[in-house]
Amino acid sequence: MSESKQTILDVNNLHVSFQTRNGEVQAVRGVNFSLKEGETLAIVGESGCGKSVTAQSIMRLIPTPPGVIKEGSIKLKGKDLTKYTEKQMREIRGTDIGMIFQDPMTSLNPVLTIGDQISEGLFKNSKVSKADAKKRTIELLSLVGIANPEERLRQYPHQFSGGMRQRIMIAMALVSEPGVLIADEPTTALDVTIQAQIIDLFKDIQKRIGIAIILITHDLGLVAQIADRINVMYAGKIIESGTVREIFYEPQHPYTKGLLKSVPRLDGDRNEPLIPIDGTPPDLFAPPKGCGFARRCDYAMDVCLQYDPEPTSVSEHHSVRCWLQDERANKAVKAIDNRSPKINFQSK
Amino acid sequence: MANSVNDSIEEKAIDPKTIPDDLFAPVKKDGAPLEELTRPSVSYWKDAWHRILKNKLAVAGLVIIVVMLVMALIGPSLTPYDDREGILSNQNQAPSADHWFGTDELGRDVFTRVWHGARVSLLIGFAAAFIEFIIGVSYGGLSGYKGGRTDNVMMRIVEVLYGLPYLLVVILLMVVMDPGVWTIIVALSLTGWVGMARLVRGQVLQLKTNEYVLASKVLGGSTPRIVRQHLLPNTMGPIIVSMTLTVPGAIFAEAFLSFLGLGVQQPTASWGSMANDALGVVNTGYWWRLVFPATMISLTMFAFNVFGDGLRDALDPKMRR
Amino acid sequence: MAVYVVKRFLAMIITLLVIVTLTFFLMHAAPGNPFDFDESGGISEQAMQNLMAHYNLDQPTYMQYFQYLKNIATFDFGPSMVSRSRTVDSMLTNGFPASMILGLSTLIFSLISGIILGVIAALRHNKAIDYVTMIVAVLGISVPNFILAMLFIKFIGTQFDFFPIARWGTWRHVLLPALALSSGPMAIIARLTRSNMLEVLNQDYIRTARAKGLSPIKIVIKHALRNALLPVITILGTLTAAVLTGSFVIERIFAIPGIGRYFVESISNRDYPMIMATTVMYSAILVVMMFVVDLVYGVVDPRIKLHKKEE
Repeated sequence: MSESKQTILDVNNLHVSFQTRNGEVQAVRGVNFSLKEGETLAIVGESGCGKSVTAQSIMRLIPTPPGVIKEGSIKLKGKDLTKYTEKQMREIRGTDIGMIFQDPMTSLNPVLTIGDQISEGLFKNSKVSKADAKKRTIELLSLVGIANPEERLRQYPHQFSGGMRQRIMIAMALVSEPGVLIADEPTTALDVTIQAQIIDLFKDIQKRIGIAIILITHDLGLVAQIADRINVMYAGKIIESGTVREIFYEPQHPYTKGLLKSVPRLDGDRNEPLIPIDGTPPDLFAPPKGCGFARRCDYAMDVCLQYDPEPTSVSEHHSVRCWLQDERANKAVKAIDNRSPKINFQSK
Repeated sequence: MANSVNDSIEEKAIDPKTIPDDLFAPVKKDGAPLEELTRPSVSYWKDAWHRILKNKLAVAGLVIIVVMLVMALIGPSLTPYDDREGILSNQNQAPSADHWFGTDELGRDVFTRVWHGARVSLLIGFAAAFIEFIIGVSYGGLSGYKGGRTDNVMMRIVEVLYGLPYLLVVILLMVVMDPGVWTIIVALSLTGWVGMARLVRGQVLQLKTNEYVLASKVLGGSTPRIVRQHLLPNTMGPIIVSMTLTVPGAIFAEAFLSFLGLGVQQPTASWGSMANDALGVVNTGYWWRLVFPATMISLTMFAFNVFGDGLRDALDPKMRR
Repeated sequence: MAVYVVKRFLAMIITLLVIVTLTFFLMHAAPGNPFDFDESGGISEQAMQNLMAHYNLDQPTYMQYFQYLKNIATFDFGPSMVSRSRTVDSMLTNGFPASMILGLSTLIFSLISGIILGVIAALRHNKAIDYVTMIVAVLGISVPNFILAMLFIKFIGTQFDFFPIARWGTWRHVLLPALALSSGPMAIIARLTRSNMLEVLNQDYIRTARAKGLSPIKIVIKHALRNALLPVITILGTLTAAVLTGSFVIERIFAIPGIGRYFVESISNRDYPMIMATTVMYSAILVVMMFVVDLVYGVVDPRIKLHKKEE
């Protein structure tokens, strides 16, 4: 399965902050990842961990006062988007990168037909005839599973249900055949049954179009079904990154483990309690010294409160930012396990 | 993957080998939460007051209103002149040390008349707002409280009345009644209560659902006080704003009526009638006859509008931090 | 959609009926009868009786009411009781063109300038031009239009011959009156447009439009403006009312030969048929305008036009 695919997106040392009246909020504090053609990368984490800001920064959609990319590069096929002018970004948006958002009920313009909203992306850059645009629109509506596309493209958003609107959003994002699709919480606002339909649609699209997808979500179930790789974010940094198998079956970071434990599993013991992670994420006005998760971590050591760990490789695709990876941590782990035997730290 | 050539950001990447071994010991957990984020909760009114003070325009409006009220009270006593009788030979004199605002065509001192007029206009403004409030609250409150069919019928009536052109009806009423300060107040109140009624009814309906929700949670009537402390201020807010914004409308209406000859009658001074008097001489050089009453009307309306706007913004719960 | 239209039409008829009735009974509640004001001096008992019979004033009130309704339906407002040589109808038709021109130019000017100002203020939110525009807007609603009119006359009209300040005839005669009359509506439209625009620009669908790489102009005009202006359409009805009532005084100040001037005169003279007729006419215009506004809104907002909710 590992052909040598090209890297289509490369994010390097990204720092994004917001200048507010009360100070600077550091939302993204040094994020590195890359995306290959055709692969689906999931970025997961709690609300406020910086995953949405990362996604929107790729498209430079963060309003620039108060948001600012303080540092880092975002290379789309080698060209650094952080250096692009707004005009250049407008050409990229929709054409090279498509994006869909969380709430399909409010993300479509109520006074324009959906046909209009889908096709307007085509007219942006090149001269496309109305007939061709209509053809393409119908093609896409069929792709995303909307029946009677010829009739329905003349209808308005309020005449569609939530699930259908999300499909329309996807059609809109794909209209100019971009190489990357960014999906920001695409299923969060939908009913569970509709979620399943959208997941199937994603799988279908992956098969038929082979587009690279960045999937932002906190829904691990969704991730398990369609992602190839996962980045786990916390407090503005990626704290663990690996393939889906590696993250689900061999998580290294205590936070990742905590996340997995707090999600109900069909194959789990019914009587086993769901264990939430105590505490709340840190205030990003004044990011804490050391590891951002230390204050909530059962395995925190003194070093964790002083220094922020750099990523260490666990395998070819799997890396994690955690002092527990250091050999010197073994003694501490044993001491902590003896303290509270309930939580068993699976050794590497 | 240590990639930081630049240490402009908070932390520098460290070579792990330089970290002393003894730091790899478990943190002592003493059970105390490591981070606390609390904000002292401020009362609704204090918060609103602070926010208004930040709005410079609204504060300016408030200051102007206060000045107007003060001058309305003491203004006429600052001069020795009468507001109704003048010395004809003094007519149409430009502002001078003797007559700060000049004289009108009957030789009356404009300054004195302006502040008498202030009394009239402000009285009409406040009285109309107040009476509209009483009628509106009673009607709207009753309708909202009763609910059901009564509410439906009462609101249908309100809808029809709401469609009537306000000033037109006021004009008709004034044609029929004898124009004077109190008839004007009556005419304005009779037509203006409709808006307030709708508002109050909406608020009462909100109150009703909130109260039920709270009551069902707080079984056993322990805290109706919370209801009063939180909900009541929230509902009073829009009502107070509405009253504030009614005043300039009433002042406008009085001036408007004066222009039609239906306002306050001579020799009583009102800003509207003074401006109306100035219409005849608008082409002449007697600028003070127009400018002073015009400025007073505009300034007062401006002040109330701006203060009302500021009040509305300050009491808006959505903007509460 | 059809249901909506019928409902609005009925509402219009009812309101009109209420106004007409109110006007009638109010006028008849006024003390005395119109002929007490007869300027030509005393009239004989017999002549008085003849006059009353001629005008149906000798009949019981409720009968007069039905006669009145009938007359209105046939646009017969009867002769003016004060002006011997003219009927109310002729006075209305003479004055109509001038008032029409004034009213329409005011509305059109207020709409266009108000919307432009509001959009600019919203796009440059919190910058200098936003504050300036909004203060100008508050002034617009705070300085009564007749005061503004007088100030115009005094400080502009007397200085510059370009702006005529009385009578009617050329396009230049429309300038100052329309400008004065527009001050209020323009300000209200500007404020409303600005706040709607600000709200719309924060909506998710605008974020979607940006994510598609559309140009800012296209986003503002195609995506934002239509949504922001919907509420502006709804207040057109009240604004027409304001322009209508404002026109009375403006016409008087500028000596414009419109219906408003007749209306004001009839008030001073207590010419009851004239008052009733103009009131009914104004109200009719108003109510029809509000109905048209409701219709336009129904057409422009697709959520009302197509009220189906199935897929």
